[in-house]
Amino acid sequence: MSNAKETILARTRHALRDVPRDERPEDVSIERGYRTRDEASRKEIVDRFAEYVAEYEATVHRVAEADLPKSIQEALERRGVEKLVVPSDVPEDWLPEGVELLRESPEDHLSNEDLDGSDGVLTGCALGIAQTGTIVLDSGEAQGRRILTLLPDYHLCVVREEQIVGLVPEAIEKLGVAVKDKGRAITFISGPSATSDIELERVEGVHGPRTLEVLIVGAS
Amino acid sequence: MTAGATDAFSPGKTPTFQESAKVSLADSQLRRNIGKAAKGIREKRAAAVAELPDWQELREAGRAIKERTLRHLDDYLLQLEESVQNAGGHVHWARDADEANRIIAGIAKQHDADEVVKVKSIATDETKLNEHLESEGIKAHETDLAELIIQLANETSSHILVPAIHKNRAEIREIFMRELDVKDLSDEPSDLTEVARLYLRKKFLSAKVGVSGANFGVAETGTVCVVESEGNGRMCTTLPPVLVTLMGIEKIIPTWQDFEVYMQLLPRSSTAERMNPYTSFWTGVSGEAGDGPQEFHLVLLDNGRTDVLADEVGRQALNCIRCSACLNACPVYERTGGHAYNSVYPGPIGAILTPQLVGIGKPGPDSLPYASSLCGACYEVCPVKINIPEVLIHLRGKVIRKKQSAGLTGKLHPENVAMQAMAKTFSDPSLYESAQRLARIGQWPLARSGAIHSLPGELSGWTRSRDIKPIPDQTFREWWRERRGS
Repeated sequence: MSNAKETILARTRHALRDVPRDERPEDVSIERGYRTRDEASRKEIVDRFAEYVAEYEATVHRVAEADLPKSIQEALERRGVEKLVVPSDVPEDWLPEGVELLRESPEDHLSNEDLDGSDGVLTGCALGIAQTGTIVLDSGEAQGRRILTLLPDYHLCVVREEQIVGLVPEAIEKLGVAVKDKGRAITFISGPSATSDIELERVEGVHGPRTLEVLIVGAS
Repeated sequence: MTAGATDAFSPGKTPTFQESAKVSLADSQLRRNIGKAAKGIREKRAAAVAELPDWQELREAGRAIKERTLRHLDDYLLQLEESVQNAGGHVHWARDADEANRIIAGIAKQHDADEVVKVKSIATDETKLNEHLESEGIKAHETDLAELIIQLANETSSHILVPAIHKNRAEIREIFMRELDVKDLSDEPSDLTEVARLYLRKKFLSAKVGVSGANFGVAETGTVCVVESEGNGRMCTTLPPVLVTLMGIEKIIPTWQDFEVYMQLLPRSSTAERMNPYTSFWTGVSGEAGDGPQEFHLVLLDNGRTDVLADEVGRQALNCIRCSACLNACPVYERTGGHAYNSVYPGPIGAILTPQLVGIGKPGPDSLPYASSLCGACYEVCPVKINIPEVLIHLRGKVIRKKQSAGLTGKLHPENVAMQAMAKTFSDPSLYESAQRLARIGQWPLARSGAIHSLPGELSGWTRSRDIKPIPDQTFREWWRERRGS
């Protein structure tokens, strides 16, 4: 008996005997007639991002660069966070006062128990997508491992205006390097987790952070 | 050469759609829930789609990418294998359900796991993975809320996307109190969800092995993608040290770039959202150190898919990205619900996929291509342009021809005679009109209270499962002529 791989490949080739032998994949044309660039102004794109993120029941604030540390501090106080998880490479001036910091370092990872017992996590992001109100994490700068934004019940995320793209194709293109060259995992987050499994009634927050708060940072 | 799917759908024993539909139609709770769900999602989907001015261009690209992939599937399978291996993952090939189940059980045993956490995967439903693991002493915990509910209730899914749509809150409360040993529980969905969160959190943190399906696998990079709402997918693919993904061989897309199409098509078609809450993409295990599983296995499943591929008309069913828009659009599904299809793939897509996966010539699956009025609503909403009515008619032809060759029917079988006569009549306007006039005169002994409940003699099979509206006093063509003349 031949092995499974050989059998499946042989069945596949037999099934495709109507395909001309000299046909190459690129001979099957793909008409990509859809939009790949958002022609709207930067202001419109950022406004749309803020509007759509808020529609997912996430809390959104627009803040000026200079006010960011203060805004972070205020958000954590409002939430009553005492133990805060922070990735190793979060900028120093983001770090709040009067809060116990569970700071991850590349050599010394926080345990799942630490994460599970924390009150929240503070991160940056890879980019934001206006068309869908999506925050994208790629384990890059100020984001840390995937688990950091999964076990805590509250996620405070900083998105810089210049990180926001208009359309999904623009985001996929920008993420190509992280995937192809670095093999990094990518996570799309569009609002807090949700379920409509019981009588189609929407319930916010099942397994991930049940509260998502977003700070959009502009120049002024 | 071709083995076909193993008994994943129990094709020999399953009743026909028409038999099962009678049971479903009598269940008023089921009909209410499904009617409410289908209508709600249908309206929301239309609004979400209307937001994108380039929806038709996206659909066309979604279709074309799948066509390219399927026509060169052997090349893409080999490329995917190499990419996953380069990223530090392992690739397994499974000819059928049993082989896939044995591979997955073997991996769990290697790690001394007596339980695994699972994120909703129709492929593992198809292979009946949970039952197999159980027989090997491994408990599979479903972690999707709806899947957990039906697992605890010991039932099967009735909808691809909302599997517990046939259960109301009071029933769910009862199941949780009984199975999870919870006291004092209200029937508020938020309270019920909280109970599930706490119960499953413990499972996520202790499980050694996670099992997932895949929405897409990228040949170019080896990236696997899971699209979800609740976060259980992120949990299952991040927390356990070992991750096993079961993926049908048709779930391949050629390049990372192709996500720019499918991440627009799938969420809006599926849950009618701009984007689903969480999507995870991972590429082997070569990401950041200590991030996610240390071991990744991808199991590629055939189980009848190469049989579907061999049918030049039917192979487009493999384009399916499991959004479930066709279920919500279907007037037949809306009334019968998912269980009547007796398959893990219900609705219009199931009606063309199941009979092809298990092979024509079995009474249950053979009845599925008839579970349709051919209204075409499914084709219209399909984000990858699967022409479901075309495949339904094609499969009806195959069913009839199979019966003929088996001597079960012949040229003189009433359905065959009727179809031939219909073809002739429809092709000639004057024949068509005189047939209508004749029918109007001929029907009067049969029509009662506005419907024909049973046709005589050889045609009685037609009305056994449907009522026919009598021919109106004035046909559309007659009315049209009069209107134009006046």
